[in-house]
Amino acid sequence: MNAPFPPRAKKRLKIATATLGGCFGCHMSLLDMDERFLERAKLVDFDRSPLTDIKHCGPCDIGLIEGAVCNAENVHVLREFRAHCRTLVAVGACAINGGLPAQRNPLDLGGLMRKVYCDRVDETAQIPDDPELPLMLDKVYPIHEIVRIDYLIPGCPPSADALWKFLTDLIEGRTPRLDYAHFRFD
Amino acid sequence: MSEILAQLMLDGHKIAFEPGQTILQAALAAGVYIPHLCAHPEFEPHGSCKLCTVVVNGRNGSACTIKAMPGQDVLSDTPELNLRRRTLLQMLFAEGNHFCPGCEKSGNCQLQALAYDLEMFDPHFAQFFPAREADGTHPEAFLDFNRCIMCELCVRASRDVDGKNVFALAGRGRDTHIIVNSPSGKLGDSTFSIHDKAGQVCPVGAILPKEVGFVRPIGERLYDHDTIAEVALREDATWREGEK
Ligand code: SF4
Ligand code: SF4
Ligand code: FES
Repeated sequence: MNAPFPPRAKKRLKIATATLGGCFGCHMSLLDMDERFLERAKLVDFDRSPLTDIKHCGPCDIGLIEGAVCNAENVHVLREFRAHCRTLVAVGACAINGGLPAQRNPLDLGGLMRKVYCDRVDETAQIPDDPELPLMLDKVYPIHEIVRIDYLIPGCPPSADALWKFLTDLIEGRTPRLDYAHFRFD
Repeated sequence: MSEILAQLMLDGHKIAFEPGQTILQAALAAGVYIPHLCAHPEFEPHGSCKLCTVVVNGRNGSACTIKAMPGQDVLSDTPELNLRRRTLLQMLFAEGNHFCPGCEKSGNCQLQALAYDLEMFDPHFAQFFPAREADGTHPEAFLDFNRCIMCELCVRASRDVDGKNVFALAGRGRDTHIIVNSPSGKLGDSTFSIHDKAGQVCPVGAILPKEVGFVRPIGERLYDHDTIAEVALREDATWREGEK
């Protein structure tokens, strides 16, 4: 009889996360996983993420995107993630359907900018035009309208339990599913 | 001669019906939920949302309009039909402005509850982000047509129950929208009252009572624990009890 095949050592996974036009609420939910997060962190390494402060994303297994696409920089970050992540996940309402930032979409962008920056009492009021600032897009877009997305986790933000269930399924190779209590749009 | 029994087959199970019932009514009475949105037990069927589409003896049809008949073999809870229902929901979400986290109806909304039940993860289609009207002129109710799904329940209620004709559907295709019957077109100038049937039937957050937003905290809302199937079966049983 042949000797049994030695079990394969567990591969460490690389995860990157980013916030585009979002409130960091989804990242707070990630941290809300508490000890479970640390336990998970033993199996994964973090690449670019607000948690690591790495500035550019390298090759990764899983990319998590929070927030909607509001400006030119968001587009660059999103494309960088799509190019480097084998699996890209939209996390939360803004990434999935535009969410709060997209509430500006029926309004005229120029009028909106003037309202915010110019209709003020001080005389120097003007729309900020520093070349460092990324240009605003005409409309706010859900991320699946810019790049291909593999999975989505609904919620505003998704609860720590929902994230835990989804990511555990994904990391362990199952098709991610959420039960009724964790399938939420708010 | 033997009598023909008032029975049909639904997803492989025999269910009895009362002559005159639609397939949807018969299913609900038998304790089987068929997804539906524009149908309401108290109103004539409308047959517009197509969420209740079932296959009857090999042909597609709306369960809310087809009368139950002996010899029908009805399929409803199949992966193919549920996939199409999900697509219909995705179109409804994409063509309106549904920002659930900011909506007072969230947790009590039939459109949202159906999306949960059918596991709709995203709107799939490119969002229309239409510019739609909102109207806060009425002291008791707020109208937000960003969330209207044109089910015409308010139209039917105002016309058939309240006898007021406050609402009507106007326009065609993408421009279809609800209009208000008043000199200014505003709800505040109409004869509408929140106690009208029309003030109670909107399945989504398009007609909202004022001053009671978010009264039910998260965790205690209609669909927080119970699925739309459980709630619909419960409400249908209560309604039939009241009819007797
Ligand atoms: S009407 Fe329903 S689906 Fe639309 S935003 Fe409100 S809760 Fe969400
Ligand atoms: S306002 Fe509400 S009840 Fe009236 S058509 Fe729109 S969704 Fe239906
Ligand atoms: S419920 Fe039958 S078509 Fe809408």
